[in-house]
Amino acid sequence: MVYAYDRIDERMLADRAAEFREQCGRRLAGEITEDQFKPIRLMNGLYLQLHAYMLRIAIPYGTLDGAKLRALAHVARTYDRGYGHFTTRTNLQLHWIKLRDAPDILDELAKVGLHAIQTSGNCIRNLTADPHAGATADEVDDPRIWAEAIRQWSTFHPEFSFLPRKFKIAVTAASQDRAAIRVYDIGLRLHRDEDGALAFEVLVGGGLGRTPYLGPTIRERLPVKHLLSYLQAILRVYNRHGRRDNLWKARIKVLVASLGAEEFGRQVDEEWEASDKAAADLPDTELARIRAAFAPRGFDTLPRVSAAFETLEADDRAFARFARHNVKPHKMAGYAIVDVSLKAPGETPGDCSADQMDLIAGLAERYSLDEVRVAYEQNLILPHVRLDDVPDVWRALAEADLATPNIGLISDIIACPGLDYCALANARAIPIAQDIARKFADPELAETIGELKIKISGCINACGHHHVGHIGILGVDKKGEEYYQLTLGGSGEDDASIGQILGPALPADKVTGAVDDLVAVYLRERQGSERFLDTYRRAGLAPFKEAVYAEAH
Amino acid sequence: MPRLIRWKDGRAEAAEDPFTAVADDEVVPPGDVIISLTRFQVEGEHLLGQGRQVGVRVEPDEAVEALAYDLPRIAVVALAFPKFRDGRAFSAARILRERLNYAGEVRAVGDVLLEQARFMVRCGFDAFEAADGATPRQWAAVATRFHHVYQRAADGREPAFAERVRA
Repeated sequence: MVYAYDRIDERMLADRAAEFREQCGRRLAGEITEDQFKPIRLMNGLYLQLHAYMLRIAIPYGTLDGAKLRALAHVARTYDRGYGHFTTRTNLQLHWIKLRDAPDILDELAKVGLHAIQTSGNCIRNLTADPHAGATADEVDDPRIWAEAIRQWSTFHPEFSFLPRKFKIAVTAASQDRAAIRVYDIGLRLHRDEDGALAFEVLVGGGLGRTPYLGPTIRERLPVKHLLSYLQAILRVYNRHGRRDNLWKARIKVLVASLGAEEFGRQVDEEWEASDKAAADLPDTELARIRAAFAPRGFDTLPRVSAAFETLEADDRAFARFARHNVKPHKMAGYAIVDVSLKAPGETPGDCSADQMDLIAGLAERYSLDEVRVAYEQNLILPHVRLDDVPDVWRALAEADLATPNIGLISDIIACPGLDYCALANARAIPIAQDIARKFADPELAETIGELKIKISGCINACGHHHVGHIGILGVDKKGEEYYQLTLGGSGEDDASIGQILGPALPADKVTGAVDDLVAVYLRERQGSERFLDTYRRAGLAPFKEAVYAEAH
Repeated sequence: MPRLIRWKDGRAEAAEDPFTAVADDEVVPPGDVIISLTRFQVEGEHLLGQGRQVGVRVEPDEAVEALAYDLPRIAVVALAFPKFRDGRAFSAARILRERLNYAGEVRAVGDVLLEQARFMVRCGFDAFEAADGATPRQWAAVATRFHHVYQRAADGREPAFAERVRA
């Protein structure tokens, strides 16, 4: 059910690992300087951070199997400090790497089809896709088929490896957007047109960072067979005309915004029509080959309900709460999608220990048709669990502190690594997330508050997606001190919007109190079944602002 | 004369450069020359009439399509890399080869580094003024290191999806 690399794909990884070993050797021998080495290592996900090298390992479209996850655990245990950090781009970062180990790590990863190709640099980065792909009933196709086609096409693309800036693509095929496609350089939404044929809605120029934009649609119905030729046209227009004079204006969103979506779309069409589409598009045989790799396999015909599940749900309040928040409906009767929370209160959001990875790998192999997914919210997912098995899975997860019933709730916080690790950060993100999660650790309280998405970035680059948090928190530097600017009303989903700034930035020790104030206003003002976001949209900024800044008056 | 790396039939070799690169404020010397696109648009006709070979240097903010009708008369199109990070010339090279069917020399000039060899070769460049002193042997090693490619480009290499059908 997961695309397995064939001899060509494997050879590609082996060639890359060998090349990188040689490049590292030249650096370690002093034949090239750090300045000369920098662009080389950045082609392969190796960053120099505050304390050590960081290796960013690609997890294409967030899909793992047991063997891959075990390999990640092994690498984290052997070459790092026994844990890794899952990011909002569904990659895994190891933050304490030694340069001399990097080639060995890549060799270990290549054995299971993992790599760090294009996880940094101004190229087409690792793809993301709906983490419920292949498991949810609300999709028209498995988006990973198309994500894999794009992965291959974009890997070592000779024309698009030196773009004005990094380039990120997200794919979904579901009616509900779980891949945040409106904040991507290109968002692809697969749907069926009036004739029932598969087509892509193509959104271009979304993005967060210093200037956040939601991507406009430039084509409603792109026939799927022309996906790659059309992507080539978009990338070529961007490569030729995107700004290169200013790092902060180099993303495609700035080009699209300055030309206007209509004119940008016209230029893409002109390029597309002039190109040899057949040379760029994949032949049907190759699409069929990829499609076959993702075909559903191994599902049993099961009754729609499970006595084991329902009995425990009725008897055990903790399990019932887990079932309400961490168990989602599956397209197959008798199966469920189970969320594994990497957000236990007090822990670092997205961090996962090697032991936890091994445990989840074992659960995937035994209970989830050997599949694990990474969600951009920095949680893991077991996508194909029999309802009958959910109680056992829950018990095993709970023992490893992985069953916090908080998916989508206030303590399910997205946070970038921040100033604890990152050389770009202005402020720490992790302690803020930990403090808020501890404050709202009571599951009863969290459930009363309901859906509330807090997203924290340690700097304006917005790796923590703060612009699209219901409550966004941005770390800023004020004369050498860490301050935090709050935004309200953002969303990265179907009702996407960019959050509005609440008021002056707050010192670190006031942030959790401010969140508490915001929650109190919501609980006071909410009508009916309104979520925090709905109340904010109806009542506006004023009551929230007043509560947080009342003391200052 | 600067040493050139030439790429032909999957091999790299050192070559003497018969062309003189002429800046816009310099007098055009006798012999084969490479001049800017702006200068070519003014003086090209005249220089070609003198029976010499003329090459044109195209900066990344200039469109290679401007040369479309002159290409059969132009011996070299030199695509400039002001910085190695500036990848616009990769698109320009592919357009020259794949859309405008240019068969002359496509030369990489400027901040041309060894690590880019395979991308340049794939996009249709066949002559290189390596800024880092890379040798033809090194150039060939980098350009041919990968056994497979995933996409069609200007070099005619068979992409993975076509190999799979054949296998």
